[in-house]
Amino acid sequence: MKSKEEISLRKVSSGTLVMLLKIDAGQGLKVRLAAMGLLPGVQFTVINNGHPGPFVIDLKGNRMVLGKGMADKMLVKPISKND
Amino acid sequence: MTEKIKNITIALAGNPNSGKTTVFNSLTGMRQHVGNYPGVTVEKKEGLCHHKDFVLNIVDLPGTYSLTAYSAEEIVARNFIVEEKPDVVVDVIDSANIERNLYLAVQLMEMEAPIVLAFNMSDVAKNKGLIFDIEMLSSLFGLPIVQTIGNKDQGINELLEATVKTAQDKQRCSNLRIKYGKEIEDELEKLQQQLQTEKDLLKKFNSRWIAVKLLEQDEEILKQVKDTKVLDAAQDSINHLREIFGEEPEIIIADRRYGFISGACQEAVKNTIETRHNRSDMIDAVVTHRVFGLPIFVALMYIVFDLTFRIGKWPMGWLEGLFGFLSRYISGFWPTGQESLIKSLIVDGILGGVGGVVIFLPNILLLFMAIAVLEGTGYMARAAFVTDRIMHKIGLHGKSFIPMLIGFGCTVPAIMACRILENRRNRITTILVLPLFSCGARITIYALFIPAFFALKWRGAVMLLIYFIGIVLAVIAAKILRLTLLRGETVPFVMELPPYRMPTFKAILIHMWERGWLYLKKAGTVILVISVILWFAGNFPRSAVEQEEEDISQKQILEYSITGRLSGFLEPAFKPLGFDKRIVTALIGAMAAKEVFVAQMGITYAISEHEDVSVLREKLRADYTPLQAFCIMLFCLISAPCVATVAVTRAETGRIGWAIFQWAGLTALAYVVTLVVYQLGMYLS
Ligand SMILES: Nc1nc2c(ncn2[C@@H]2O[C@H](COP(=O)(O)OP(=O)(O)O)[C@@H](O)[C@H]2O)c(=O)[nH]1
Repeated sequence: MKSKEEISLRKVSSGTLVMLLKIDAGQGLKVRLAAMGLLPGVQFTVINNGHPGPFVIDLKGNRMVLGKGMADKMLVKPISKND
Repeated sequence: MTEKIKNITIALAGNPNSGKTTVFNSLTGMRQHVGNYPGVTVEKKEGLCHHKDFVLNIVDLPGTYSLTAYSAEEIVARNFIVEEKPDVVVDVIDSANIERNLYLAVQLMEMEAPIVLAFNMSDVAKNKGLIFDIEMLSSLFGLPIVQTIGNKDQGINELLEATVKTAQDKQRCSNLRIKYGKEIEDELEKLQQQLQTEKDLLKKFNSRWIAVKLLEQDEEILKQVKDTKVLDAAQDSINHLREIFGEEPEIIIADRRYGFISGACQEAVKNTIETRHNRSDMIDAVVTHRVFGLPIFVALMYIVFDLTFRIGKWPMGWLEGLFGFLSRYISGFWPTGQESLIKSLIVDGILGGVGGVVIFLPNILLLFMAIAVLEGTGYMARAAFVTDRIMHKIGLHGKSFIPMLIGFGCTVPAIMACRILENRRNRITTILVLPLFSCGARITIYALFIPAFFALKWRGAVMLLIYFIGIVLAVIAAKILRLTLLRGETVPFVMELPPYRMPTFKAILIHMWERGWLYLKKAGTVILVISVILWFAGNFPRSAVEQEEEDISQKQILEYSITGRLSGFLEPAFKPLGFDKRIVTALIGAMAAKEVFVAQMGITYAISEHEDVSVLREKLRADYTPLQAFCIMLFCLISAPCVATVAVTRAETGRIGWAIFQWAGLTALAYVVTLVVYQLGMYLS
């Protein structure tokens, strides 16, 4: 896996810790996500990358489920990969 | 303390899933009152609580993550704080999820509201290995903090104590201000200077808060600004900040708030173990599975409905018996032969109408009990996710699936269940198309016509076809509404997955009771009025001749009445659909409730109550073709939702306009669809 690269969250495999770089969305959505703690700069772990099952992340001990469309809109940088 | 405040108003704020409702129930017990905030469809719950010499009026604010102007809930919450000026705002915090929950607290602090923090879920936090230095956190935020366990009533007394103390305190607001960094602070200061002229706004809010909101481009505040110079200055500041940060100021501000919270937590919160809710993850792997998720959901829903109707059968029977007894008892006051109008009004009009609604109460209570369990355990969040893939295609949220399923039982609770949808457009769209999901009452109509006109082997298929047409029309209508009247970003799916929890018995009971009461009150009052009106229309005016005669038949009365005349008048309009005057008469009756259709048909054919329904079927077969029968069913499926539906739609959307739109729109749709089907059918045969 190329690290230090911007990739779409959709392509990140389970168990990877990533840093959120950018959300490609309208102002309203961005702010809503920000209120839930999903802000550029924040780190989270991908618990399940969506196959099979939903796209689930762990944000500071809090589970969040994302639609596939949502995961596409998020640009992240993998920080480490624990196998 | 020279004078004692006896009455205190408390607002309860908090994130969704923080246990806010549980704390509210714990504080108020059953002394609750549910209503709506004025002008919007956001639910408002209030309750009283006595503590020592004080009477606390507790208002449950909507559960929100933030206080922006992006959703009705958030606007309602902050307006309440500004306009009603509660003596204390108690912010319920999920302490197992501390940082995100403190985000709301920080925004409340910026509003200079007097706050007490309830660190709820402290048992969960402890199990997660989180240890709080409460004293330090309390001084960092400048606020009293009380640890609670909502579902065990722990810490509630201490919470009340701290609340009462804060209410009496003169200096009760935190004086902490988040520093947004030099660039933003400079702009804030500039804007605060400019704001001196906005006297009205300054009366309500503090100037720093207004300035922050201007940078956040808060629509509600922008609307209230009078001086265009202020707006220009705000725009300049925003452009300037955007240039520096390469990002919307709003996001930077959110980031700084989180930064402050992180800092505070690093100092005062220790995480001793690194375990996560693994059991929840394991359950999720199954129930949200791409393949198994949907079947599991459908199976669960099936169990819910099956139980609802299976168990509900008994109390329904009792209620039916009760109403039967009442009407016999009341009829007993009048000797036979001397049938009085008052008797008919009470027995046929009032008892018939209201009874028809009350009978469904057990079903509704059971249904909402099941929903309360699914919600309380956390499964609802998963169900929403599982169905989101399908619902998303028609521009709705996954959660819309639940009201739709309920709609097959009865449209009224289905519309009430739409409260689980946060997004207003989603909610209204779902409410508007719900009558297209063929409800239980309409089965009575199908049960009359299908056996009369179709061979046994086709009956199931015809029934299925009717249901299917309803669903397809609902999907198309929802899609069209989302593209036109109720257009808006289909919010990409992001949701919190709360860990699985055991709901408390009390919470379920309270939820059930609330819904039941709302149903009785809102639907009941309107139904009563309309039932009386329809009774009147079906009985008046009466011809002089008839009044002299001893045995005037129901049929004659109906023909002479307003309903009878109206159907005569409307008949030509319904000719192209294959309907005659009798059908139109029955359709008018069905406006009260779909079951009435069958009763009205019986009257127009002068079938007495003792005769079997097969007699009516026989007569129908003589007068109509299968095509006509199908068209009648089709029209009943689509057209004019019943009175209870109209009443609930009005109540739940907050506007009579939506209810009228729904009624008229569906009736027009029914007309067009039936017209096409009938004419096509005639042409083909
Ligand atoms: N373990 C634990 N569970 C709680 C606590 N408070 C509430 N709950 C449970 O958390 C779930 C959600 O609570 P609810 O009050 O409906 O949350 P709301 O969305 O904030 O209104 C329910 O099943 C409650 O029984 C608590 O302090 N500890």
